[in-house]
Amino acid sequence: MNYNWNWGVLLDDPYLMWMYTGFGWTCLVAICAWVIAFTLGSIIGVMRTLDNGIARGIGTVYVEIFRNIPLLVQMFLWYFVFPELLPKDWGHFVKRGIPLPEFWTAVVCLGTYTAARVAEQVRSGIGAIRNDQRNAAIAIGLTSVQVYRYVLLPVGFRIIIPPLTSDFLGVFKNSSLGLTIGVLELTAQSRQITEYTFQGFEAFTVATVLYCLVTFTVMTLMQKIEGRTRIPGMLSLGAK
Amino acid sequence: MIEIKNVSKWYADFHVLDDCSTFVGKGDVVVICGPSGSGKSTLIKCVNGLEPFQKGEITVDGTSVGQKGVNLNALRSRIGMVFQNFELFPHMTVLQNIALGQTKVLGRTEPEAHDRSMLLLDRVGLVDQADKHPAQLSGGQQQRVAIARALAMDPIAMLFDEPTSALDPEMINEVLDVMVELAKEGMTMMVVTHEMGFARKVADKVIFMDEGRIVEEANTKEFFEKPRSERAQEFLSKILSH
Amino acid sequence: MFKDFDWAVIGRALPFLVDGMGMTLQLTVIAIFGGICFGTLLALLRISPFRPISFVAGSYVNFFRSMPLILVIFWFYFLVPQIIGRPIGGFYSVLIAFVMFEAAYYCEIIRAGIQSVTRGQIMAGTAIGLSYIQAMRYIVLPQAFRNMIPVLLTQSIIMFQDTSLVYVVGLRDFLTSADLIATRDNRLVELYSTIAVVYFILCLLGSLAVRRLQRKYTI
Repeated sequence: MNYNWNWGVLLDDPYLMWMYTGFGWTCLVAICAWVIAFTLGSIIGVMRTLDNGIARGIGTVYVEIFRNIPLLVQMFLWYFVFPELLPKDWGHFVKRGIPLPEFWTAVVCLGTYTAARVAEQVRSGIGAIRNDQRNAAIAIGLTSVQVYRYVLLPVGFRIIIPPLTSDFLGVFKNSSLGLTIGVLELTAQSRQITEYTFQGFEAFTVATVLYCLVTFTVMTLMQKIEGRTRIPGMLSLGAK
Repeated sequence: MIEIKNVSKWYADFHVLDDCSTFVGKGDVVVICGPSGSGKSTLIKCVNGLEPFQKGEITVDGTSVGQKGVNLNALRSRIGMVFQNFELFPHMTVLQNIALGQTKVLGRTEPEAHDRSMLLLDRVGLVDQADKHPAQLSGGQQQRVAIARALAMDPIAMLFDEPTSALDPEMINEVLDVMVELAKEGMTMMVVTHEMGFARKVADKVIFMDEGRIVEEANTKEFFEKPRSERAQEFLSKILSH
Repeated sequence: MFKDFDWAVIGRALPFLVDGMGMTLQLTVIAIFGGICFGTLLALLRISPFRPISFVAGSYVNFFRSMPLILVIFWFYFLVPQIIGRPIGGFYSVLIAFVMFEAAYYCEIIRAGIQSVTRGQIMAGTAIGLSYIQAMRYIVLPQAFRNMIPVLLTQSIIMFQDTSLVYVVGLRDFLTSADLIATRDNRLVELYSTIAVVYFILCLLGSLAVRRLQRKYTI
């Protein structure tokens, strides 16, 4: 393999700055998208466990739509198609009115996409709780909201900490799709450096290391959280 | 106090309860027995509205359970229920389990709920376990906590759904003792159980169910000495033969 | 609102789109096959009692699972020609990227499947005189594959969706073909929404089939 490694190039102006801001955008997109995904996903997941057929139906339709269209296609739909379907003024506002339209498009797209995954986890977490647990909560006279608030959600969320962690990491990785609509995140910046310097491997290596670092940090953190929220005396929740 | 009139229930085509009627007076202890799948659990879950039913009527202390517009939550808070698998809330301590309904449903203050909970824990002999989590207790202890949790709501009646069938044999008595005491104090109780010793000792009436129907309903003495139906005789001879 | 749109463009683009779908399916099928083969190997290495081997396999899996697929595609797109010293075209480098990447995910599914078969089964196998490898081959793997077929298929549907990412290196799959015409004729709305519907229908049918299969296996 004939390749002239030149790590120094990454320290040159402006490449170091590019990598730095790229990493910043990756984190920002991922975190904003996760806020949407977690909130919306929890609501939809809960809707899918309700007795009300309409709520369940809406939840199911949401999940099926967002799960069965490739993320990249969804990205294009949000960026190119969605503004055209709005009334003219609104569409114009979405395209030009809001600052950083690419950023917000990526955030909304990733958020709504991941929400479908979170919803499935929440549903399965609640579903893993024995039916009589719910009955016991109802039997002492709690309202439906209270049953979720005090019993089903605290237990359900504990069960799904591991899969939620991997969904959170999924948002991080998928934020790289933002590059297709012009979000200059980590992967986009390292590709750009490749084009400017022909020293692609260095930039890609740094990006790779950063992604691995994020994964490692998040995993460690979540293991701590899982340990801290573990219920004394219990080996595993969710056993039927 | 609890009146069940012509209640029928179907799961799709399957007839789970077939025209069941009975009456439980204030202070009565009624034991419901029968082979598994006979609809006993479903019947008592209908009493506090945990299971919906399609036909008939159930009234508890004058309130109709099945009717629309009835505040089921308020009614449920006045009927205690104890489950086969205890169903304590795993993420809460024993004390929190007993206090939850008191503070969230009855609107008691934290200190009030705490004092009442400790009193009840004392009664079931578990004061020293107050700050443990359910999974750190034995099955018998968990079930006693579950009884305390139900009593904390000052119920007018108690429902027991096979309260001892998930327990190791050596723990059954500690739970039955608490139940016997309750019965002696005049609590209205409906108990689904196979513990015939318990039935003999405290029940006023025994109901025998099979295939969704109430096959036999008799005074305790009568039921054990000369059961009328063939199926009840057969059932008794099977579970009493050892 | 829809009066400004010209849906006839879809008809004109159809042959091109069909070619694109051909490429997408070709990529999907080869990558699934390669991914499952390599993934099974990785899974067997990962549960190997010999620690260094399971460590290496585990590191491989964790490494690829922490990387975005786009970055992996870029890596192979630029790296493979460097290693073998001559350009091999986008298709092959992307294919290698997919197999390497998806194998990590398939490995985890297969490992979970193998571990879902109780240890008692291996013991029972060795008790009647089978070797460890024979016990794996005749007792554990057949049961394990049955348990994991639904999950494997679900992952394959995801993989089908993932192939759209070859867009970033300009390989003409279904999405890229649509994109080329969309930008050429300035008909973004028509083409993007059409391919979204096509993807949706195919994936939905796939996942419904998986669910039906699952029900059949569990009963």
